[in-house]
Amino acid sequence: MNTTISRRSFLKLTGLTIAVSVTPFGHTILNASEKKDLMTFNPNAWLHITSDNKVTIYIGNSEMGQGVLTAQSMIIADELEADWKQVKIKQGPAADALKSPILGAQITVGSASMRGFYEPLRKAGAAGRAMLIKAAAETWKVPESECKAVLGTVKHDKSKRSLTYGRLCETAAKLEVPKDPPLKKEEEFRYMGKPMPRVDVPEKVRGKAVYGLDVNDENVKELKDLHYAVIARPPVYGAKSVSFDQKAAEQVKGVVKVMQIPQGIAVCATSTDAALTGKDALKVQWDKGTHPDMDNAYIEKLMMGDLDKQGAKVHEAGDAKKALGEAAKKVEATYYIPCVAHATMEPMNATAYVQADRCDVWSPNQNQTGCKGMAAGITKLPPEKIHIHTTFLGCGLGRRAFADFVPEAVILSKALEKPVKVTWTREDDIRYDRFRAPMTHRIQGGLDAQGQLTGWYHKTSAISIMKPVNPRAIKDGVDFYCLWGLWDVPDSPHWNGKIQYEIPNLFIEFLMADLPILCWPWRSVQNGPNAYAIECFMDELALAAGKDPLEFRLQNLKNNKRASRVLQTVAEKAGWGKPIPKGQGRGIAQHACFGTWAAQVVDLSVDKNTGKIKVHRVVAAVDCGPVINPGPLEEQIEGGIILALSTALMEEVKFADGGVASDNFHDYPIIRMSETPEIEVHIVKSTDKIGGIGELGVPPLAPAVANAFFNATGVRIRRIPLTPKVVMDALKKA
Amino acid sequence: MISLNVNDKKYKVDVPEDVTLLWVLRDHLKLTGTKYSCGIGECGACTVHINGKAERSCVIPMSQVKGKKITTIEGLPDNHPVKKAWIQEQVPQCGFCQPGVIMQVSALLSQKPSPTADQIINKMDDVICRCGTYPRIKKGIQTAVQMMKKEVKK
Repeated sequence: MNTTISRRSFLKLTGLTIAVSVTPFGHTILNASEKKDLMTFNPNAWLHITSDNKVTIYIGNSEMGQGVLTAQSMIIADELEADWKQVKIKQGPAADALKSPILGAQITVGSASMRGFYEPLRKAGAAGRAMLIKAAAETWKVPESECKAVLGTVKHDKSKRSLTYGRLCETAAKLEVPKDPPLKKEEEFRYMGKPMPRVDVPEKVRGKAVYGLDVNDENVKELKDLHYAVIARPPVYGAKSVSFDQKAAEQVKGVVKVMQIPQGIAVCATSTDAALTGKDALKVQWDKGTHPDMDNAYIEKLMMGDLDKQGAKVHEAGDAKKALGEAAKKVEATYYIPCVAHATMEPMNATAYVQADRCDVWSPNQNQTGCKGMAAGITKLPPEKIHIHTTFLGCGLGRRAFADFVPEAVILSKALEKPVKVTWTREDDIRYDRFRAPMTHRIQGGLDAQGQLTGWYHKTSAISIMKPVNPRAIKDGVDFYCLWGLWDVPDSPHWNGKIQYEIPNLFIEFLMADLPILCWPWRSVQNGPNAYAIECFMDELALAAGKDPLEFRLQNLKNNKRASRVLQTVAEKAGWGKPIPKGQGRGIAQHACFGTWAAQVVDLSVDKNTGKIKVHRVVAAVDCGPVINPGPLEEQIEGGIILALSTALMEEVKFADGGVASDNFHDYPIIRMSETPEIEVHIVKSTDKIGGIGELGVPPLAPAVANAFFNATGVRIRRIPLTPKVVMDALKKA
Repeated sequence: MISLNVNDKKYKVDVPEDVTLLWVLRDHLKLTGTKYSCGIGECGACTVHINGKAERSCVIPMSQVKGKKITTIEGLPDNHPVKKAWIQEQVPQCGFCQPGVIMQVSALLSQKPSPTADQIINKMDDVICRCGTYPRIKKGIQTAVQMMKKEVKK
């Protein structure tokens, strides 16, 4: 994988170039072959067919293991009827051209890569195929209808003639792009829907893949004289440095410069080890910061207290209060979901080289548009002089869409006039993470005499995700980023992020917790915590109604075919209703977000002497519409389940004295192989609109675990993680 | 100057003896296949072979590796059964932890060519994969074991 593709490399190629421009009003396919300056375009995807018979596809989304490079290329190659062997796939640069049509920025979040690009990429490929067929027909002076494209070649069976795409591309480049090229029928798909090996796997296995942390003067030639920096950062929220020993740090062999920057005290050196030794020598003294009393108990107490206050109205349908007053049965429950860290295996990092007339940034990021803006802000260079090179990402989970690691590298490179790589230590990565927002939920539900849901009053408090970064996104006190999965704005680009149940009287109220902790989307954003509260509560309601949890859900999803179908599928595959081994518990949950429906069944047992939960099996069903690459799809669901299980059983960021106390994997444990259950993923065949997949493994898992725990023990715990201590305390109380 | 042997090549580096092997490999020898992730020997992303044993290069000072044979992911042949199995089973997602995982597995299989499920879990619990590729790692190990058996028969 070439990680240093510049915009110039687009221009070096000759042949047929197809670009797709997508706006909210539809997409346009352009023949970009003749254009000398592609900057004047605003298309969203690119493919080049060159006379050497190669098809090069540029992908704007970031590859973090979800297989986006492969899947998007499969769509183009399929419609183009290219031979996969002739396809070269490259990570595109930061460019307006590569912005997501759904999200309005070049950003890989919201499970939107397929949702945004499926249709346009199909059209781009199909347009190329139509033009190549036309070029061949004109060359041979035969009707187009007698020619067909087969694996990178156009054939005329009658005369037994054929020409490769490489031979045809220059003729095709002179043709007009068809407005509405014919798409393949599903049965004609050559790649889509079939398992294709991911293009990024071999170099990752060989240790040759270049992640942000690996960028150096050997893999990027511009980085001669690369300097390495680490930063001593304030240990608690709002702390300022009182003193530090600059001289001691500067005396460390290899240390080049010590500099105070807004993020802390930076030590730049000729290697990372020298920078780290220099940082230790600083012996920084800090003041106590702005919230010296804040710890986990403080946070939970404040957010529980919020639930007794009046919040901002999010949604009102019918009269929930009245319905609850008239209900035959009323249930109330309060839930707590703490902060969890992204803790990607590759810590945050960025490399920058600021020169008089340009700024280059190499980084593992999910937000090229954001990186560009941040670099432009510091260098004052115009956007076209900022070049963002996206490397492989050592996992993303949403964290890398907030590119706070980029400004540091840019500031230091500008000051040093050298290329600088800033590495966050693991301790930095956890302490200065922007966590999944903690939440409290209080739900009151009402049932009629038949056990049907009549009213739902939902109050929730969360730390606002958007307030510190984009306060304008908050309308009338409501931050919808905290509410996805419970409620969303009309026509949201995130699709169906609302509670799925048919509730005639619904009231939702939101409070913003006043805490200094910075939060940010974490795989599935708040769909995870919201699904946890909703789906635990559905089980509590089912119990009150005297109904089976599956039956109760289906009964309140009568007009929701896709939610019902994933529930029925997962129930059938997991053997719902059939006896389970003695001592085990079984739980179910469903959730919809990002245009996809998902459900899971969890089987577990609980060691009543130690409080340790053993999850034996998770069965999952998903309906995401058309499937592009089934292998990575299953991997995404599997990985999401394991990640979510980690949060359900063990992850909780520890706070003390106004700062983050967790700082590495010894005190922020992450799930390992021995705790990983058997996982089955069932894809529901569906011809509905294509949905996202990267985040869908997460939301149903934690509530399914909590529900299975109740089924096993008869004890309801209304918080995660279900650590042995939490479990033992609850079992003793019961 | 400290001399060391990495992937059958001899190197000399000018670093203090307490510098860890990880940073020497990554920043001084530019062998970036060995990853930094935790720096305290908890996650296994930095795993290399030292005299054939899987070790955490992030906690091993240079003073302890003098005269020893070090193998990194770059030094494990591309036709090694574990690498081949990893491609066949499509084990990696983001892939960042996988060089360390592969070094952990290849050391395990060189000592126990047919490990039991418990032996596998016991060794593999030393590594963390945030993408959750554990089921694929298990599958990859089974495939590598089969490939090694076939190689022995040849």
